[in-house]
Amino acid sequence: MHKKRIIPCLDIKDGRVVKGVNFVDLIDAGDPVESARKYNDLGADELVFLDITATKEKRKTLAELVEKVAAQVFIPLTVGGGIRTVEDMQLILRSGADKVSVNSAAVKNPELVKKGAQAFGSQCIVGAVDADKKESGDGWEIFINGGSKETGIDLIEWVKELEELGAGEILLTSINADGTKDGFDIEMLKAVTEAVNIPVIASGGAGNIQHFIDVFQQTGADAALAASIFHFGEIAIKDVKKELENLGIPVRIEG
Amino acid sequence: MIAIIDYGAGNLNSIQKALEFIGQETVILESAQNQEIEKYSGLVLPGVGAFPGAAEKLKKNGFIEFIDKFVESGKPFLGICLGMQLLFEWGYEELKTQGLGLLKGDIVKMETDYKIPHMGWNELEIIKDDPLFKGLPDRAHFYFVHSYQLKDVSDDVLAVVDYGTKIPAVVRKKNVIGLQFHPEKSGDNGIKLLENFGELL
Repeated sequence: MHKKRIIPCLDIKDGRVVKGVNFVDLIDAGDPVESARKYNDLGADELVFLDITATKEKRKTLAELVEKVAAQVFIPLTVGGGIRTVEDMQLILRSGADKVSVNSAAVKNPELVKKGAQAFGSQCIVGAVDADKKESGDGWEIFINGGSKETGIDLIEWVKELEELGAGEILLTSINADGTKDGFDIEMLKAVTEAVNIPVIASGGAGNIQHFIDVFQQTGADAALAASIFHFGEIAIKDVKKELENLGIPVRIEG
Repeated sequence: MIAIIDYGAGNLNSIQKALEFIGQETVILESAQNQEIEKYSGLVLPGVGAFPGAAEKLKKNGFIEFIDKFVESGKPFLGICLGMQLLFEWGYEELKTQGLGLLKGDIVKMETDYKIPHMGWNELEIIKDDPLFKGLPDRAHFYFVHSYQLKDVSDDVLAVVDYGTKIPAVVRKKNVIGLQFHPEKSGDNGIKLLENFGELL
């Protein structure tokens, strides 16, 4: 059976978990190791760590954080934020991450995805994409630098290229939906999951259990990611999974 | 002391940390040169990478004979993911390559209507009970990442998972044990299974 995954995302800034609304207004939400352990106990299928202030000096701090988490929590870990070279990937994977995600750096240097996949295997490389509606209203374009800079690159063309370059998974964030709690961007996710054959993680907009039901019933998404609603205890992962299972959507529930 | 074989194919950190988490002492072996079997109570062959390259490295670093002797000694030997696949006779990833031949069977590309690689959580269906499964919940989930599999459900297969087709997930012949999934990434169930492996030492 192919299980749909529920993935809490931990945005990291200066070694703490934070959560922004529309990529700004950061709120402190806790200690990463503690959060990771808690999510493991609550039934998270994987964890994503995104270092939102990653600079060269901070990358070592991030690697140390990954190492601490990986010694305590034994579920798959994806780590992203400021990864620009194959050496960066190696450092993070050696620290105990199972996958690395690349966003802006992949747009600026697509070869990075190819080289990473060749060195570590496609299953290690996640193509993270931030997208928003084009001004023309026809389709979507991708943004880089934390959603602040538009590129004019078409979303569908870019995810196809990521797959071709060797990315093993797409982490798709809708800038418009992110932080709103109004639901995932169904239209965008439908278009992307139809365009590629690799797993797609839906991100941005989760506000209630119905939103998770919608994303799995109406799109081909393989996983759904959320941050604030899990951090602040608004929704329990177990309740989300129970509802999904009741509707015949396969999820991991133990016992 | 559990010895973990390093054949240059990626991250050994996770399995080492998981074994340390359950209170086992570990050491990483890069070569079998001058290694004494008596020093180790168990041996682990982890798995990331491709079959031909891994088989080549094992040969080059003297591990083939080391593993044979270790298995003969009766002490437990655990192969994980690609490490499980290497226990068998032939691998058909990229090119036909000889494996360790400790168990009978071939490793072939998965044939299923689902996406390949098989990546994610799947439920174990136990065919033959074994002390390895002690204390696990019914239909326990484990984390898989692979594109190749043991071709047939042979007599040595203890458990399978359903991924459009039945995939051998746990194999065992006496002290030779193989897991197609990653116990070191399978949360509490994986830790439990490694503890059960630890009981065999």
